[in-house]
Amino acid sequence: MENIKISQDEVNHVAHLARLEFGEQEKEKFTSQLNDILRYMDKLSEVDTAGVEPMTHAIAQKNAFRMDVVGGSLPPELALANAPESRGGCFQVPKVIE
Amino acid sequence: MELYELTIHELQDKLRTGETSSAEITASVFGRIDAVEKDVHAYITLMRETALAEATRADEAIRKGEIGALTGIPIALKDICCTKGVRTTCGSRILHNFIPPYDATVVEKLRAAGAVLTGKTNMDEFAMGSSTESSFFGATRNPWDLTRIPGGSSGGSSAALAAGECIASLGSDTGGSIRQPAALCGVVGLKPTYGRVSRFGLIAFASSLDQIGPFTKDVEDCAILMNVIAGYDPRESTSVPEEVPDYRQFLGRGIEGWTVGIPKEYFIDGIDPEVEAAVRETIKVVEKAGAKCIEVSLPHTEYCLAVYYIVAPAEACSNLARYDGVKYGFRSEEGRDLMEMYKKSRASGFGAEVKRRIMIGTYALSSGYYDAYYKKASQVRALIKRDFDEAFAKCDVILTPTTPTPAFRIGEKTGDPMQMYLSDIFTISTNLAGIPGISVPCGFTAAGLPIGVQFLAGHFQEGRLIQFASAYEKEAHLEKRRPRCHGI
Repeated sequence: MENIKISQDEVNHVAHLARLEFGEQEKEKFTSQLNDILRYMDKLSEVDTAGVEPMTHAIAQKNAFRMDVVGGSLPPELALANAPESRGGCFQVPKVIE
Repeated sequence: MELYELTIHELQDKLRTGETSSAEITASVFGRIDAVEKDVHAYITLMRETALAEATRADEAIRKGEIGALTGIPIALKDICCTKGVRTTCGSRILHNFIPPYDATVVEKLRAAGAVLTGKTNMDEFAMGSSTESSFFGATRNPWDLTRIPGGSSGGSSAALAAGECIASLGSDTGGSIRQPAALCGVVGLKPTYGRVSRFGLIAFASSLDQIGPFTKDVEDCAILMNVIAGYDPRESTSVPEEVPDYRQFLGRGIEGWTVGIPKEYFIDGIDPEVEAAVRETIKVVEKAGAKCIEVSLPHTEYCLAVYYIVAPAEACSNLARYDGVKYGFRSEEGRDLMEMYKKSRASGFGAEVKRRIMIGTYALSSGYYDAYYKKASQVRALIKRDFDEAFAKCDVILTPTTPTPAFRIGEKTGDPMQMYLSDIFTISTNLAGIPGISVPCGFTAAGLPIGVQFLAGHFQEGRLIQFASAYEKEAHLEKRRPRCHGI
């Protein structure tokens, strides 16, 4: 029996977290592909990582600070120019609550 | 020889003596585009009118003796680099109508150096892919064999260059997206050290892995482009304030006495015999040039792919959260409230591979799985980096195949994501370790498909890579061939 890493219910949950949705057929295909990929990741359990500091940056860097001074920024009309809908200098979205 | 077939440095010689003009070079490149673009499909957006105007301005500058590092040279940009006022899609429906209000730093630098920008090249959607087939705008074809993929994700940039549709181009490399298409299209491609080139204005995929780099016809052109794009940028906090050398000084210096590491883990079962033979031949060539080759070991190589396909999707799912149908890009009209609008915009704005990676990343970071996936992968990543540190204590550069096979057929791997991922098996470790790597052409298969060899060096050793690649290029005397799309 194949080792199930992620069920369709979990796929639904993760899709919600990621703000995605799938049709029934697509969901089946995705669940099977995600299981293949996650099974491949099991390889990593072979590696002894006790005491190894996780590496999250490609090169050693310190925090980059700058002086706290006001610089230039995009004018509102440019910042809104690509918005699907805008009104009164704001981004417009569908209603949030009834 | 047509002008579009020449290198940057050959064209610069002709521009300096007045033998040709930027207007003529640019016309030659766009003539070539008119002849072959319908077959190759390397571009998403052409910038013909502004290119011709830039060429005219370049010719005026040349007449006044004001010659910059790239004055009058037609260069193509991967459609992941923001261009002020010119649509930038990242190969995605979700950005199909996005017009950036600013230029990426690399674009500013190209403009300041006098380059003529030919257009925006095709790519896998959000740079997630190895074949340029996942673009919303359709696949790019390999100029050497139009039934095959050009590599990816920067396949438009490598195909445009190989086909003569630009003189050089820029791409981006997160797990091999410059070096793999360079190898499969028979051109030179360099991924710089993480932090060497500013990512400001580069649409983010995996922020700890992404780097911009050049595609060129030879190593000298690579040095010329690196001189323009490398350097610290105060707007990009991970760019490194490290001095940038003149990369041209490394050309033609020779490699007498250098030690070259050959990692045994890179000559595996499944590597194409013609690729292996060509790469083994390069070992003989660099030995003839005076280098000594030794076996080295990178013991965690077999885990690179698993680490990458956790780390890159984890970073990507966070970076791609910004595409919500509110600030820019595609919005679905079907959502009745805000949550539905988000979901429907993202579900129909993103393609299948992007959604797959968002799902993997979200899962790997979700509560209960973080330690098993993301933390574990980040720990193994540290061991992969340590392998390179230990190897570079014994050798100056490392030599490997760039890809396990030559270009595969369009459609061959689109149904099986794991098979597609395996085509990056030799390039991914470089990004995880943050080191620079270059792919240089090293021969052809019997069927006439290009093969690439990869050289790797330690952090900020791009000069060493250019010196080594330039010595190899000189010693190898590779036959100059033209892609098959010539004349169609």
